[in-house]
Amino acid sequence: MVLARMGPLLVLWLAVFLSGTWAVDRGNFKTCDQCAFCKRQRALKPGQSLYRALLETLELTNTKLTLQLINDNNKVRLLLELYRLQGNMTRVKINELKPLKPRFEVPDVLINDPPTEPLSLLSQDENGVVLSLGADSQRLIVSAKPFRLDIMEGREVLLSLNSRGLLAFEHLRIRKDTQVDPEGAEKKEETDAANEPAEGETAKEDGMWEETFKSHTDNKPNGPSSISLDFSLPGVEHVYGIPEHADSLKLKTTDGGDPYRLFNLDVFQYELFNPMALYGAIPVMLSHSAQRTMGIFWLNAAETWVDISSNTAGKTVLGQMLDYVQGSSETPQTDVRWISESGIIDVFIMLGPTPTDVFSQYASLTGTQAFPPLSALAYHQCRWNYNDQEDVAAVDQGFDEHDIPYDFIWLDIEHTDGKRYFTWDPHKFPQPKDMLQGLIDKRRKMVAIVDPHIKVDSSYKIHNEIRSKGFYVKNKDGGDYEGWCWPGNSGYPDFTNPEMRAWWASMFAYDQYEGSMENMYTWNDMNEPSVFNGPEVTMHKDALHGTWENRDLHNLYGLYVQMATAEGLIERSGGVERPFVLTRAFFAGSQRYGAVWTGDNTADWDHLKISIPMCLSLGLVGVSFCGADVGGFFKSPSTELLVRWYQTGAYQPFFRAHAHLDTPRREPWLFGPENTALIREAVRQRYALLPYWYQLFYHAHHSGQPVMRPLWVEYTQDTATFSVDDQFLLGRDLLVHPVTEEGAKGVTAYLPGKGEVWFDVHTFQKHNGAQNLYIPVTISSIPVFQRGGSIIPRKARVRRSSSCMEHDPYTLFVALSPKRFAQGELYIDDGHTFNFDKQKQFIHRRLSFANNALSSRNLAPGSQFITPSWIEKIVILGASKPSKATLKTPDGKESLLEFEFDASMSVLTLRKPGVNAGVDWTVVLQ
Amino acid sequence: MSCALLLLLMSWALAMRTGAAVEIQRPRGVPLSSEQFYEENKPFTCLDGFSTISFDRVNDDYCDCRDGSDEPGTAACPNGSFHCTNAGFRPAFIPSSRINDGICDCCDTTDEYNSGATCQNTCREMGRKERESLQIMAEITKEGFMLKQQLIHEAKRGQEDKQGKLTELQGSKKDLEEKVEALRTVKETAEDPEKEAKERHLKAWGEQKELIRMEKDKTRMAEAFLELDDDADGYVSVAELQSHLELDPDSDGSLTETETQVRCLPSQENNFYHTSKLQGCSPFGEIRRFESKIGDLHDSCRSNEKVWAGGLWMTTGCMNLEKEIGFDFGPSAEFAYLYSQCYELSTSEYIYRLCPFNRVSQKPKFGGSETNLGLWGQWAGPEDSLYSVMKYDHGQGCWQGPNRSTTVKLTCGKETVVTSTSEPSRCEYLMEFTTPAVCQEPASLDEVLQGHTEL
Repeated sequence: MVLARMGPLLVLWLAVFLSGTWAVDRGNFKTCDQCAFCKRQRALKPGQSLYRALLETLELTNTKLTLQLINDNNKVRLLLELYRLQGNMTRVKINELKPLKPRFEVPDVLINDPPTEPLSLLSQDENGVVLSLGADSQRLIVSAKPFRLDIMEGREVLLSLNSRGLLAFEHLRIRKDTQVDPEGAEKKEETDAANEPAEGETAKEDGMWEETFKSHTDNKPNGPSSISLDFSLPGVEHVYGIPEHADSLKLKTTDGGDPYRLFNLDVFQYELFNPMALYGAIPVMLSHSAQRTMGIFWLNAAETWVDISSNTAGKTVLGQMLDYVQGSSETPQTDVRWISESGIIDVFIMLGPTPTDVFSQYASLTGTQAFPPLSALAYHQCRWNYNDQEDVAAVDQGFDEHDIPYDFIWLDIEHTDGKRYFTWDPHKFPQPKDMLQGLIDKRRKMVAIVDPHIKVDSSYKIHNEIRSKGFYVKNKDGGDYEGWCWPGNSGYPDFTNPEMRAWWASMFAYDQYEGSMENMYTWNDMNEPSVFNGPEVTMHKDALHGTWENRDLHNLYGLYVQMATAEGLIERSGGVERPFVLTRAFFAGSQRYGAVWTGDNTADWDHLKISIPMCLSLGLVGVSFCGADVGGFFKSPSTELLVRWYQTGAYQPFFRAHAHLDTPRREPWLFGPENTALIREAVRQRYALLPYWYQLFYHAHHSGQPVMRPLWVEYTQDTATFSVDDQFLLGRDLLVHPVTEEGAKGVTAYLPGKGEVWFDVHTFQKHNGAQNLYIPVTISSIPVFQRGGSIIPRKARVRRSSSCMEHDPYTLFVALSPKRFAQGELYIDDGHTFNFDKQKQFIHRRLSFANNALSSRNLAPGSQFITPSWIEKIVILGASKPSKATLKTPDGKESLLEFEFDASMSVLTLRKPGVNAGVDWTVVLQ
Repeated sequence: MSCALLLLLMSWALAMRTGAAVEIQRPRGVPLSSEQFYEENKPFTCLDGFSTISFDRVNDDYCDCRDGSDEPGTAACPNGSFHCTNAGFRPAFIPSSRINDGICDCCDTTDEYNSGATCQNTCREMGRKERESLQIMAEITKEGFMLKQQLIHEAKRGQEDKQGKLTELQGSKKDLEEKVEALRTVKETAEDPEKEAKERHLKAWGEQKELIRMEKDKTRMAEAFLELDDDADGYVSVAELQSHLELDPDSDGSLTETETQVRCLPSQENNFYHTSKLQGCSPFGEIRRFESKIGDLHDSCRSNEKVWAGGLWMTTGCMNLEKEIGFDFGPSAEFAYLYSQCYELSTSEYIYRLCPFNRVSQKPKFGGSETNLGLWGQWAGPEDSLYSVMKYDHGQGCWQGPNRSTTVKLTCGKETVVTSTSEPSRCEYLMEFTTPAVCQEPASLDEVLQGHTEL
C-alpha cells in the first residue's frame, strides 16, 4: 500500500503527481544521470587505477594486514585493511587514512566481529605481496602499482579487485567556494592542489555541495563522499542477488542503461524488468559457474548503484561457438562495479566454493532467518481494510462456512484511530479484545499494522513521548523532521538510536498497547521510510539521525524498525514467544527479524510471474521468509489469475492474500463454487505440507540455507538450470512449476538431475531427470514433483487452522531413487516458543530408506520433546510389492503392517504404523 | 493412541411416543438415519459401495473408504462428516476435520471427546433462544404478512376504482366535450389581453412580459385544474384524473394509478397531477383542443422552473415520467407504497438515505456534500426470490475505482425501515431494509419449531 492510501488532504497532490495512470511515474525517481555522485563516478572509465599501494606502510598482525594507498593525483591517502575470516572469507576495508571527520561504518548488521584467521606472508617484492589464505592453495596477491587485489586458487584467478581501476574514493574536504569561512583560506590552497582534475568544475554543476531533484534541494554540508570499487569475476557468466528489484533471477548487464539501484523507496505501482530501486536493499551478489559459487557483500547502507558488464553478454551463441572453434575465445568474465554515496568500502568476499558454503558464510556474518511460529507459515488473509469487528467476524465465519483453512486475519491502517498506530478506531473496533478472543476461540490469530510515521498531534501519547524524549529524526536545522504520510503531518522516530528502539519495543507490552493480546502480531509498512512529500517519496538525505545524515544509513532504517518491533513482541511475552513481524523495507540482516513481502504489486500475470525471481533473489541473500501479495495489490484480478496466484502462493514461503482499498472484495468464496473449491484445494495443499515447510525453516534458521531455491543451487553443474526462474525448489526435494500463463493448456518444466527421477506429487507418476517435461494442465493443476531419494512428511488431516493440526498424525511420502534409496527428516517442536533453542525442546529425526527398510533415528540426542503425534500412513513411491511389512519398535515388539500396492504406479501404502513420531522405529519390507 | 478410539459406540435413549425408552447403539458420528449401514460385527461396506472392510475398522482413526464413511466419528478422512445429535437444539453435520480440533462445534459437545477442550452443552439454551427468536420471527412474519395483504388490497382497490370510474366516464363523454368547448372560450379570452400587451410593450416591457406570461400560465393551469377537479373540492385526486380518459397514456382505456402519478410534484396546496404522456394519447378526436391546452401547460412546465408559488417543480420531474410507468412494484404491486418515499439511517459518520425506486445517497453528518451511492437499477434477488434484493448502481465514481453502487437486502418486518448500512468493498454499499412487503405467508409456529428439532 502506498500513495493511493492518502487521505483527502493529499488528493490534489496525487492528482498532480500520479495523473491517474496505472504505472510507475519514473519521473519521480532518479536515474544515475540525475544522481550527482552516480553520474560523477560513472564518468570514470576503466583504465589504469589512480591508486598505488605504499608497500613500506605494510603491517601484518595476527588478525589483519594494513597498507596505505595513495592517489597520485591528489595525494590523499587511504588505509586498506585485509582480513582472512574464518569460513573461507576475505574482508577488504578501505577508508581514508585521515578523514576530516569520521566516515560512517554500518553498525548492527554483522552479528559479531567476524572471527579472523591469521594471514601469512608468502612473498614480497617491490611489485607487491603474496599472502596465503590457508588451505586449497588460495592466495591473495596485492599489487602495488597500480593497486589491485587478486584472489587465486592454484593458477586460477577467482576474483580481482580494482583490476579495471575503478577504485574511487571522494575524500572529505572543506568547501572551497565563497561559503567557506576565511580561516579555511590557508587550507584551501592545499585542497586545491589535492583536487582531482574533474573537480575543476564548479560545485553546482557536479552536485558535490548541493543537488536539486524536482523541487527538493539536498544540502550537502559534508560535500562529496562517494566511493566506488570494481570486481572482476573470470569464468563467471551468471550473477544473482542484490535485491530488491522487479527483475529476472539472473542479473542483466547494465551497459547502456542504468545500474541496478539499491535505495529503499516506496515506489507507486512499480514496473517490472528494470533495475529501479524498490522497498528494500541487500547489497549482496552471488556469482555462479559450474566450477564455483562465490559472494560479494558490500556492507554499505547509503544509496548504492551496481553496474554489471560481461564480455560474453553481447555475443550470440553462434558467435561464442565460433570463438571456441577458432580458438580466439577469451574466458567469459563478468565485471561488477559498486558505487555508494558515502561511508567506507567494507567488502566481504565469500569464496564458497559451493552455494551451500556461500549461504553458511553469509549467515555467519549477518545471521540466519528468524524461525517463525509455525502458524505464520500457514495462510494469511489480508485486505486494506477489514472494515470493523463485524467484518472480521464475518470473514472468519466465511472461511469456516466454506471449509477453507486460515491462520491469520490482518488489519491495515484503517483499524487505527486516525492513523495513530497503537490505537483503535473507537467506532469500528470498539472491543478489540473481544475480537481477538473470538479468534483465539477458533485457534486463529491477527496481525495489526504499526507503521513508523507518527502523527504530529499533541493529544497522541506516542507522539508526545517521542517528542519529549527527543527520539524523532531531526531536520538539517536541528528541529524535528516532519513529513507527510497517512496521518498527515508526521514525525519519524529515530530507530537508529538504541534507546529509541528500546522504548518502541516497550510500547508492545500488553499494558501499553491497549487492546492487544498474545495472538496479535505486527506488520511494519512504509518503513523505507515513505515520506509522501519528500524527495523520491522518502526522507531528505540531510535529515539527521544523531550525528549521521540519512544519506549515510538510509537503507538501514527499515531494518531497525522491524528489529525494534520484533524485540517488542519478544519482550511482551517475557522472552518466551517467537515474534512474527512483516516488513516492507529491509537490509542485510533483516532476515533475523521476520518476513518480507514484495510490496505493492499489481493484479496482472507478469506480476505473478515476477514473484518467483523476486523471492528467489531474496532467498539467495538470507531472506527466506518472502512472499508476494496473492491476487495482486493494485487492480482486480480475473478469477483465473486469482486462482493461479493462490496455487503459486501456496508454494511460496509467505502466503498472504492482500488487496487495495479500492478493489472489489475477493475473499476466496466470492467467485462461484468451482473457484472456491480450487482455492480451497490450493490452501489445503499448503496446510498438508506444513511439516515440511516448518522443517525447511528450521534449517534456514539453523544454517542459513534458503527455503525457496533456484535450481542451480542444487544442480550446480547443470548449466541448463542457471537462468531458470519460472520454477523453483523448496528445500532440495520439491520442485514447483506453478502455472503463471493465462489460459495455459500445459507447462514445460525442467526436471534436473541426470540419472535421477521425480514423482508427480498428485498422480505419483515417475519422470526421469535431465529433461524438459511437457505437462498438460487444467485450472486445477499445480505441477509439483518430489525428488526420487527423498522423504517428505505431511499432515493429511487439514483443519481450520494450523494450531488445530498440532497433534495430528503424520503421513510419510517416501520417493525412492533409482537405487531404491531415500532420506528425509522430521522436525517437531511446540511451534511457537523459543524452547526449541533455549531448552532444546524439539524432535529432529532422520528418516531413511535403504535395503528395503525405512527407519527413524534421532538426529539430536541432546534434545527432548514429547509429541502425541504418530505415524498414520507411509506411502512409498517407486516401490515394488513386498510379501510382508514388519514394524519394529524400540521395545523390541514386531508387528505386521497391512499394505496396499498399486502396481500401475508402483505405489506401496503401509496402513497405520501407529508408532509415535518421536521414537525410533523401523519398517522392514520383505 | 488409536486404541482409545476403537469402537466407541454411543448409546442413546430415545423417547418414543409410546413413552418407552429404547436403546439404540450406533458408531460415533453416525446419524440415526444411517444407523442401519453400521451393523456391529458385520463387514462394513463403504457407503459408496467401493470397498468392504471389517467392522473393527469403522472409527479406528484410519481412513479406509474413499468416501470417508468408515470414519464418521474421527478426523481421519479428509472428506468425512460427523453428525451431532444436539438434543434440545438442531442436529447438524460438521466436517470431520472439526472433530477433536479443540474447538467446540456441536452444542452437545460430542465433537470434542478427546482433545482436552472443555465444552459446555449449550443445546437446551440454544434451543430455547432459537425457539424464542423463531417465535418472534413468526409473529413478525404473521403481522407483516397481514400488512402486506393490506398493501396488496390497497393496490387492488385502486384498480377497481378505476374500472368503476371508467364505466361512468364513458357515459358522460358528451358532457366532457362541452366542457372542452367552454374551456376554449376561456382560454382565448385569457390570451387576448396578452397579445395586446405584447404589441404595446414589446421592447420596453421585457421583464413585465415575463411576469405576464407567468400570470397567463397560472390562469391556464387554473383552468385546467378546474376542468379536472370534478368534485370542486380544490384538489385533483387520482380518481379525478383517472376519470379523464383522454389522459390515458397507453390508450388501454383505463388509467392506472401509476399512470396518474406525476413527477411534477404538486405542492401541498395544489394537489395537481400532470403527465408528460398527455400529448398524443387521447382517444377522442374532439378533445384535441383540450389536449393542446394541456400541451401548453406541459410547455410551461418546461420553460418555467417554478410556476406556482407553492412550488411546482417541473424540469427534471417531467423527464422521468416515462421511466416511472415501467416500474415493477412486485407481483401484487406490494412495493408500490415505497414509491416516492425516502428512508434514512444515521450512523456515526453519515446519514444514509434510501429512496426506493429512485436513489441511495450518503451525506456526512458534520458538513460536506451528499454522495450519490446509486440510482435505481433493478430487482436483483436470486431466482426464487427476485424481490428480496434491490440493486442501485451508476452512483458517483470512485477514484481509480468503480462507480458507487448499493445492494439493498429486503427482509420481512412490520415496519418499513433501513436497519443497517455497510461498505463491504470500496464503493460497493450494502443496505438492509425491512418491509412488510416481503413477508411470506407464515407456516404455523408448531411447524416451524418441529422443523428445527429432531426429537
